[in-house]
Amino acid sequence: MNLLIKGGRVIDPSQGIDETMDILIADGVILELGKGLGAPEGYQVIDASGLLVTPGLIDMHVHLRDPGLEYKEDIATGSRAAAAGGFTSVACMPNTSPVIDNKAVASYVVNKAKSEALVNVFPVGAITKGSKGESLAEMGDLKEAGCVAVSDDGKPVCSTELMRRALEYAKGIGITVISHSEDLSLVGEGVMNEGFVSTELGLKGIPWAAEDIAVAREVYLAEFACAPIHIAHISTVGSARIIRNAKARGVKVTCETAPHYFTLTDEAVRGYNTDAKMNPPLRSDADVAAMKAGLADGTIDAIATDHAPHHLDEKDVEFNLALNGIVGLETSLPLSLKLVEEGVLDLKGLVSVMSCNPAKILGIDRGTLRAGAVADVTIIDPAKEWEVEAAKLESKSKNSPFIGWKMKGKAVYTVVKGQVVYQA
Amino acid sequence: MGFRHKDIIALKDLNKEEIQLLLDTADSLSEINRRDIKKVPTLRGKTVINLFYEASTRTRTSFEIAAKRLSADAVNITASTSSVTKGETLSDTANNLLAMKPDIIVMRHSISGAHEYLAKRVSCSVINAGDGAHEHPSQGLLDMLTMRQKFGKLEGLKVAIVGDITHSRVARSDIYGLTTMGAHVFLAGPPTMMPIGIERLGNVTVCKDMREAVDQADVVMMLRIQLERQGKTLLPSMREYARYFGLNPAVLSLAKKDAIVMHPGPINRGVELSSVVADCDQSHVLKQVENGVAVRMAMLYHVCGGEPVE
Repeated sequence: MNLLIKGGRVIDPSQGIDETMDILIADGVILELGKGLGAPEGYQVIDASGLLVTPGLIDMHVHLRDPGLEYKEDIATGSRAAAAGGFTSVACMPNTSPVIDNKAVASYVVNKAKSEALVNVFPVGAITKGSKGESLAEMGDLKEAGCVAVSDDGKPVCSTELMRRALEYAKGIGITVISHSEDLSLVGEGVMNEGFVSTELGLKGIPWAAEDIAVAREVYLAEFACAPIHIAHISTVGSARIIRNAKARGVKVTCETAPHYFTLTDEAVRGYNTDAKMNPPLRSDADVAAMKAGLADGTIDAIATDHAPHHLDEKDVEFNLALNGIVGLETSLPLSLKLVEEGVLDLKGLVSVMSCNPAKILGIDRGTLRAGAVADVTIIDPAKEWEVEAAKLESKSKNSPFIGWKMKGKAVYTVVKGQVVYQA
Repeated sequence: MGFRHKDIIALKDLNKEEIQLLLDTADSLSEINRRDIKKVPTLRGKTVINLFYEASTRTRTSFEIAAKRLSADAVNITASTSSVTKGETLSDTANNLLAMKPDIIVMRHSISGAHEYLAKRVSCSVINAGDGAHEHPSQGLLDMLTMRQKFGKLEGLKVAIVGDITHSRVARSDIYGLTTMGAHVFLAGPPTMMPIGIERLGNVTVCKDMREAVDQADVVMMLRIQLERQGKTLLPSMREYARYFGLNPAVLSLAKKDAIVMHPGPINRGVELSSVVADCDQSHVLKQVENGVAVRMAMLYHVCGGEPVE
């Protein structure tokens, strides 16, 4: 299918563009950006007037649960959720069953995505075999099989020595290392942020220091090894400060935060709401403010959802027994657009953290509408008001604290390789 | 006024009138416990299930006796003998019990919030017999009843609570209840056992030194140190704990002359309380246990819709 997207406000930070333009797409590739473009015969025309047209959004941190945990999500349903949320690409974490720690499992994901996924699926391989934190996974193989990064996401690499070697080795291979930064001994049996709310609810707390200490370790290791590192889902004042300072002295560190960390605090846990249970946990007002400040000044490079589907049976239990995580693909865009409304980011800044920067960090040829680029495009109606309804989520799992929320802004077309894969 | 709650899960949820009503009812009912024939027909035909996911002798027995003295039928289920060990979820267990049409489920659970979870899913009344480190409302009420009997009122009392505040559901219920009733709570304990923001829970002052808390106190409440749980990283030794936070006659002498000593039990003699203090005239530990039955009778009575007694 060939496409002409007409009259939209095109926002492409990769080219410094923010103006009303048309985009011509043929054979899955962007042919031309310009004004007053006509549609050649046989082209589908999308009237994008009043809409935003951006490089396809990229969620660099999702859990598709495939292989092995398909009762929570699979590559097909996860990719449908992505498309409905305006994402044209996702990077899926390796904590599947089995773990994506070898070529065979990585190839399974790549091949299944090829036949079943609506959007681009870029697997992330494990840093260590089985993500057990004992010995390095075959990163070269993983990269050849299509992995765009390595991570033991869900847990930290506890051994500082092993993490050092992982950074050095990955640098040689040319693959990004993504760190899940957490000091497990400080986390202990904690189930929510340690603070007034945990005191009141009588739940065991996780101190912010558990994250800060781990982030600081990663920053020092990256600095020492002169290697890049990406820190997943930061949530604290301290993490943002440590990374800001590190960037200022030239450490090659990047990081992401998730919409829930700049939207909710641990107050959301009240009532023992297991849909507000995730790791890292929801923090305080000051932490929420720090996430916004970090996004505003460029300390935080990306917004990623940490889309973590869980079956109702794993959430509809006593708080301590509930699994960590929430689905995020279908609510990320409106929650992030709110940052624009609040003046935290301008639209270019938003597209940078939701598309251009993730592409750069993962080293994938996406995040741009340049002529010749793969035609991944998201068309957004920033004014569209809608309500989040569990039954309407494309994801197999409905574990979201945002069910029932009134949202503003929605992807109305998601275009992957020139094909409209989602239309609102 | 009547009692408007289906469940009693937390003293945080109860206002002054409601607490007063429960204490007044307990006072009236306590007379039954001193009779020769300790039984009234008030809750005849009602079924009470005691569902205990955590070991308990005192609380479970107390609830069982309370139910029986009101002529309710009481059944006990403990985690070790139930299908819990077969991996049944709380929700499934609750639904199965509900199918047998109980009027009240009294539950103890090791996870904070388990009662809120249960109460949302069952139509019968739920009474919290202790959830994790959250609340233990029947203990809070029996503590307040004991204090009120001694001093005639709760308003203006200085109550010292000493020990592991972080893991204590008793401390939280006491803080909420006492604050609502106008008392002032002074907390002391090692900083490893003092949770963030505890002073914001109510009319609470956190003291560095146990003696500050006990000074001129009307009530000295000592919390149980759980050797098995807190042994590892929170304390160097029970010996040192007892030295700084144990109640001995010298520390107790700082309190008001007519001060009372309380403890939710079971006591670790020589740790929280020296034996001399545990057995002294000021000790109201057994009075607490006695009042426990009356308070639990009042709770059962009011969640069943009982009207205020004379």
